[in-house]
Amino acid sequence: MKRRDTGGSALNRARKLGFSFDGRALTGVEGDTLASSLLANGVRLCGRSFKYHRPRGVMTAGSEEPNALMEVLRDGAWHPNIRATMQELHQGLNARAQNCWPSVQCDVMAVNDLLSPFLGAGFYYKTFMWPRAFWEGLYEPLIRRAAGLGRLPQSHQGAPHEKAFAFCDLLVIGSGPAGLMAALVAAKAGADVILCEEDRQMGGRILSDMAQIDGGAGADWAAGVLAELESLPNVRLMPRTSVFGAYDGGVYGALERVSLHMTAPGRTPRECYWRITAKRTILATGALERPIAHPDNDRPGTMLLGAIASYWHRFAVDPGRVVVFGNNDHALAKARALAADGMDIRAYIDPREVSADTPFKTYQGEVIGTRGRHGLHSVTLRHQGREIRLDADTLALSGGWNPSLHLACHMNGRPVWDEGIAAFVPRDAMVPGLQVVGAAAGIFSTHGALDSGARAAMQALDALGMHATPPDLPQSEDTPYAITPLWQVQARGRAWLDFANDVTTKDVAQAAREGFVSVEHMKRYTTQGMAPDQGKSSNMGALAVLADATGGSIPGTGTTTFRPPFVPVSIAALGAGGYGPSFAPQRFTTSDAQTRKMGAPMIEAGLWYRPSHFPRAGDRDWRCACNRETLHVRHAVGVCDVSTLGKIDVQGPDAARFLDFVYTNTMSSLKPGRVRYGLMLREDGHVMDDGTCARLSGQHFLITTTTAAAGEVMRHLDFVQQAYCADWAVRLISVTEAWAQCTIAGPLADELLGHLLGDLPDLPFMGCAPVTVGGVDARLFRISFSGERGYELAVPARYGADLYRHLVALAEGLGGGAYGMEALNVLRIEKGFVTHAEIDGRVTAFDLGLQGMLSQKKDFIGRAASQRPRLTGPTRLQLVGLRAVDPQSEITAGAHLYPGDKPAKAAYGQGHVTSVCYSPTLDSWLGLALVENGRARHGETLRLDDGLRGIRADVEICNPVFFDPEGGRMRD
Amino acid sequence: MRLPCPCCGWRDLREFTYKGAADALHRPAPDDASGWDDHLHNRTNPAGETRDLWYHDPCGTWVCVTRDTVTHAVISGVPLEGAR
Repeated sequence: MKRRDTGGSALNRARKLGFSFDGRALTGVEGDTLASSLLANGVRLCGRSFKYHRPRGVMTAGSEEPNALMEVLRDGAWHPNIRATMQELHQGLNARAQNCWPSVQCDVMAVNDLLSPFLGAGFYYKTFMWPRAFWEGLYEPLIRRAAGLGRLPQSHQGAPHEKAFAFCDLLVIGSGPAGLMAALVAAKAGADVILCEEDRQMGGRILSDMAQIDGGAGADWAAGVLAELESLPNVRLMPRTSVFGAYDGGVYGALERVSLHMTAPGRTPRECYWRITAKRTILATGALERPIAHPDNDRPGTMLLGAIASYWHRFAVDPGRVVVFGNNDHALAKARALAADGMDIRAYIDPREVSADTPFKTYQGEVIGTRGRHGLHSVTLRHQGREIRLDADTLALSGGWNPSLHLACHMNGRPVWDEGIAAFVPRDAMVPGLQVVGAAAGIFSTHGALDSGARAAMQALDALGMHATPPDLPQSEDTPYAITPLWQVQARGRAWLDFANDVTTKDVAQAAREGFVSVEHMKRYTTQGMAPDQGKSSNMGALAVLADATGGSIPGTGTTTFRPPFVPVSIAALGAGGYGPSFAPQRFTTSDAQTRKMGAPMIEAGLWYRPSHFPRAGDRDWRCACNRETLHVRHAVGVCDVSTLGKIDVQGPDAARFLDFVYTNTMSSLKPGRVRYGLMLREDGHVMDDGTCARLSGQHFLITTTTAAAGEVMRHLDFVQQAYCADWAVRLISVTEAWAQCTIAGPLADELLGHLLGDLPDLPFMGCAPVTVGGVDARLFRISFSGERGYELAVPARYGADLYRHLVALAEGLGGGAYGMEALNVLRIEKGFVTHAEIDGRVTAFDLGLQGMLSQKKDFIGRAASQRPRLTGPTRLQLVGLRAVDPQSEITAGAHLYPGDKPAKAAYGQGHVTSVCYSPTLDSWLGLALVENGRARHGETLRLDDGLRGIRADVEICNPVFFDPEGGRMRD
Repeated sequence: MRLPCPCCGWRDLREFTYKGAADALHRPAPDDASGWDDHLHNRTNPAGETRDLWYHDPCGTWVCVTRDTVTHAVISGVPLEGAR
C-alpha cells in the first residue's frame, strides 16, 4: 500500500501532518483519517484481535470498523477502542496498537492462536467452573486481565464535553444521494431541516464511487446541492454527527465530534451529545458491505471492496495488487471501474458464472485461504476443482450489502427478509414519523436513491401540512442488482464472522450443536456481535451460518434485537454538564455572600446552601461555635436566615375553605393578624409536612413549608386544587424566592427589633403584622422554632442581604450573633420540635403525639386513611425524648434501641434514634427517637446500639420537650 | 419522551413530575373504608391505553395524560378539570 501521486478528493496535500503510531514518526496530509494515513504509509498491521491475538488491519472506511481499534493520546491519557477510520488525522496525533504486548509485531498472547482448538465458544463457561473456591481468587482476576480490548485511563478525565437540544420539522439522517435529495426537496418547500452526516464531509457514497448524476460526476452534483442547502436559512448541516438512537416522541440521540480532530482543542468541547426532536424523520443511512467467511479472511490486507474504493478515491491510497472476491453485480462493476481508473486488479473471483469481458482475469470459484504472517502475501482460490495461488497485497471482499436499518428497529420493530437482495429491509412505520429511503431501504441504484429520497420528502411535507411540487429528478444509473448469497466458503480452516470478538463459523456451528439454536442464545454463547462494532459487518453472516447449522431459513431464524446506540457513545458526552457544581442546581439565600464572608462552612439542605456554624478565633472545633450560638439564643439574641422555608401565598374568597381541606386542623377560624401551626397529611394518612399558616387579611393567607418538602407541598396543593376544587375561588403561588426571611430569637429579641423598627408593634405570641423597615414594607411574625421569644421578619428578597447584615450587627451589639444550622438543630431538639428527620414518610399524626390536630368536624386530605386501625395504638413507633444516662456519653442518630438484656438483633428492636445533639443548655446529650409504644414508657432505660459507628450507650426515655416544657419563654 | 401540557404545549419529559394513575381523581366518600383501600392501593396496570397524572413543574399545571403502555404513543393531555 502506498499513496498515489494524484487524486484524493478528501485531501489537502499542501498541508503535511506529522503523527506517530506505536512510536513511529509518520506523515499524513490534511483530510486523512488515521486509517487512511496508516494505509498510505504502508502500515497494514494495526492491532491484535480480542481472543486469539491475531494480527489485524483496517477493514472498512467507516464507523462500522471492527479491526482497527487503537489507543489515542488525548488530554494526557490514552483513550482505548478509537476507530482509526473515524479519527481524523491532526498534527501531533499519537496513536498506538492495543491488545498486544510487548509490541503489535511480537505479541506474547498470540500463543492463544495456537491454543484455539481449546478456546472455542463457551470455553470460559466450561473451563472456569470448578472448584468453586477458585472463582474469586484465581479465575476472575485471570479472565479480567485477559478480557477486553483497550484499557480505560485510570484518572478522572476533565476534558470539556457538551450537550445540546435541537428541534426541527424534518431530520434527515445520512447525506448520500437519497438524504441530499430529501433534504433539498424539504428545504426548498420551507421546512426546517437538520441534515446529519457521520463523516467529516457530506455526500455519503457519492464521495467513494463514481456515480454519474445529471451527466456529470456525482460529487459535483452533491457539491451543488450542499451549496444550495448551505445558502438556505432553514437548513442546519451537521457533519461529524452520528445519530445513534431513535426514542419515543420523535426524539433522536446524536453524537457530534466537535474537536477530536484538533491538535489543541483547548476548552472547545471534545464531543456534543445532541437530543434532536423532529416532527418527521428520513433515514438515509445507506448500506454496509458484508465480508465473506472464507478461511483466514482476517489477515491484514483483507478489506471490503467498497472501503478500498473509498480509500482510492477519497484518500488516494493505492492498495497494490488486488484480488477481488465477490458474489454480486456491484462487486464486478466496481472492480471494472477501479481497474479503468488505474487500480492494479489482478483477478476477480465469484462463485457465479462471470462474463470474460474484463481487463483482469476472472475465476468462477471461491477463496479458500490466505498467506502472510503480518499481512497478506497471497490468496489461494479454488477454481474448477483446482487450487490456484495468486500473489496479492490486498484481498477485496464483497459479500453483498446490508441496509443500515438499525435506527428503524430501535423501537422494537422487526425487519423483513428480502430474497432479491439477500438482506433484511425495514417495514413501514417501524418508528412513528420515520421513513427509510435509498440503500437503507434496500434500494441500491442511484436513481432509486434519489427517487425514494424525493418521495419521502414529499410525504413528510404533506404530513407537516406543507406543500411542494415534485422535483425533476436528475438523470442517473438505475441498474438492477443481482446477488447469489455466499455465507461461508466450505473449506478447511477457520473463517471469521466477528473480527472484533474473534467468532468463527465453527463457533456458531458449535453453539448450534450444543443447543443454542435461538439467535439470541447463540449471540450470548459465542459473543457474536457484542464487541464495540456491535456486529455491523458480521451479524448477518452469523445468523445465516446458524440457519444453515440448524436447517432453518434466515427469516425463520430472525435477527437479534437492534438497540441504541448505533455507534459507541462516550460516557463523558452522556454525562456532559452533570458533574461538579453542575451536578444539581445550587440555590443561594440572599445572605449567602455575607455568610461565607463570616467564614461559615456551608452545608447542603436540598438544593440550598446554608451555614453550618460561624467559627471564631480560639474555637477548638465546630461544637464550640455551635454551643456559643445556642447559648446566644437562650441568653441574648440570635439571628438566622430562614428564607429557604417554602412560602406559598393563598388568596381568594375560598382560600380559608381550601386550607381547611388540606390541613388536618381548622384554618378558617384563624383571625386576621394571627398565625397557627398546621399539619398536612398525604392521602394515605401519613404526615406529609408541617408549617405555619398566617392569615394576613380575610382572604389572604401565607403558609410555610419545611425546606425539604417545599416542592412536594406545592405540587400537592396544586393537585388538590386542580383535581378536587377547580371551581373554588382560590389561587396559589410559591413566593419562596420573593421574600427573604430572618429569625430574631432570644430574650433580647424585642430590644433588637426596637432598635431596628423604632416602634415595635405589640404582637401576641402567634401574631403577625405589616411593618416598615427603613421605608421598606415588611412582614413581622411572632413565631418560634427555638423555644425563645422570637420573631421572623420578611422583606422583599432584594433587601435580604442588607437586612441580614444589619440584624447580625445589632445582635452582636447585644452580646448575641448569627447562628447556623447546627445551633438551630440543637435549639429545636431541646424543645422537641420535629423536622423531616422525624417526619420520614412513615409516621402518622398519632406517632408524633399530634392526634389532637386531626379535626373531627370536617373532611381533609388523609382523614379517611388516618383512621385505619394499624395507624394508631400501642404497636406504633411513637415520638419520645432520649437522655443519655451518662450525660457526657455521645449518642448518635440512626442508632437502634434494644432492651438492656437483649442482643442487638432486629427481633428485639424497640425503635430508632432520629435526631441527637449535645445540649449546652442542659449539659447533656439529648435525642429524639421513635419507640414502640414510647409515650407509655417514659422513665424506662434502653440500650442504644450504633453498630455502624461502634457506639453503645444507655438512654432513658423521656418527654421529647426537654427545655421549658410549659413554653413560657416563647409565649409570655 | 414528550408530553402535552394544556398550558405550554408539547414539552420534554424532564419538565414533568409523575404522580400515578388517574384513579387519584376520584376520592371515595369519607366513610367508604373498602373504597379507600382500593383507591390507595389497587391499580389496574393495563397493557394498552392508560391515563395518568403529571405535573408540569414550570407552569404548575396538572395534566391527565392518555398514553399507550404498549406502543408508548402519547395520545392526549388535558387539565384535570376536564379529566374527571
